[in-house]
Amino acid sequence: MDVLGHYNYWIVIFLMMAGLYTVISRGNLVKKIAGLNIFQTSVFIMFISFGYISGSAPPILEDGVTLYSNPLPHVLILTAIVVGVATTALGLALVVRIREAYGTIEEEEIHSQDRDF
Amino acid sequence: MVVAIAVIRLRDLFAVVMLFGIYSLLSAALFVALAAPDVAFTEAVVGAGISTVLMLATLAMTSRHERRPAHKPWLPLAVVTVTGAFLVYGTLDIPSFGAPDNPVHTHVAPRYLEESGEEIGVPNVVTSVLSSYRGFDTFGETVVVFTAGMGVLVLLGRGRRRRGEEEGEKRDSQGEKEGAA
Repeated sequence: MDVLGHYNYWIVIFLMMAGLYTVISRGNLVKKIAGLNIFQTSVFIMFISFGYISGSAPPILEDGVTLYSNPLPHVLILTAIVVGVATTALGLALVVRIREAYGTIEEEEIHSQDRDF
Repeated sequence: MVVAIAVIRLRDLFAVVMLFGIYSLLSAALFVALAAPDVAFTEAVVGAGISTVLMLATLAMTSRHERRPAHKPWLPLAVVTVTGAFLVYGTLDIPSFGAPDNPVHTHVAPRYLEESGEEIGVPNVVTSVLSSYRGFDTFGETVVVFTAGMGVLVLLGRGRRRRGEEEGEKRDSQGEKEGAA
């Protein structure tokens, strides 16, 4: 088994870890949500690369084409993209509310305000 | 990848949001290269379009600059590196990229590709799977989107109303003062 054939998963893992790093190391809430989105997109890329067969055509039925890529991951990821945007919208709405309540979107300042309270 | 790193490094949140749009668009191009045009359309419209607009709206309501992080980044970096190393080790057992004997391709997918043309009558297999074979999934998705939309409206609407009431009270007290004067 050739090891280099897994390069798509390595790209995905790099992006996933970049997103995770942003989420745990940055204090800014908008930045955290951007990190979550990077993480999410890496999972999308992973699923789509599962569905790909070398040299395959898009799964639109046509005469004379025999090799299609797998339609099932595409369907799942279509659903996941839309749900992802919905959750992003909810997170951003929470950020706006936190900003209204605390006057800041930095995690450190929110914590210190909570301690003072 | 480079764009993702830039998203992490930059402190100007406006530039972060713009780069995030570029990142979404690039991943849409990658989906086209991986023979998934439907997903690419959705990612370009929803990921690059709507997400960017939502983030810009949030920035307009909050602040534009990020503060310098107070902690040293070594602990998160170490955690992330270790996790990533384990995941890379895990990929060695997965079938390699583009292999036709990947278990994903041997279950229901061939049946969809062979029979959906006659059963559903739509040439685009993704559409027929989405709205017919897995219609309940799509229904659940719309429920999730509806719930999220309600959540956003409740969260933002309540703040507005409370502020409106406070302003109303201020106006009332001012009116009383003016009346007394």
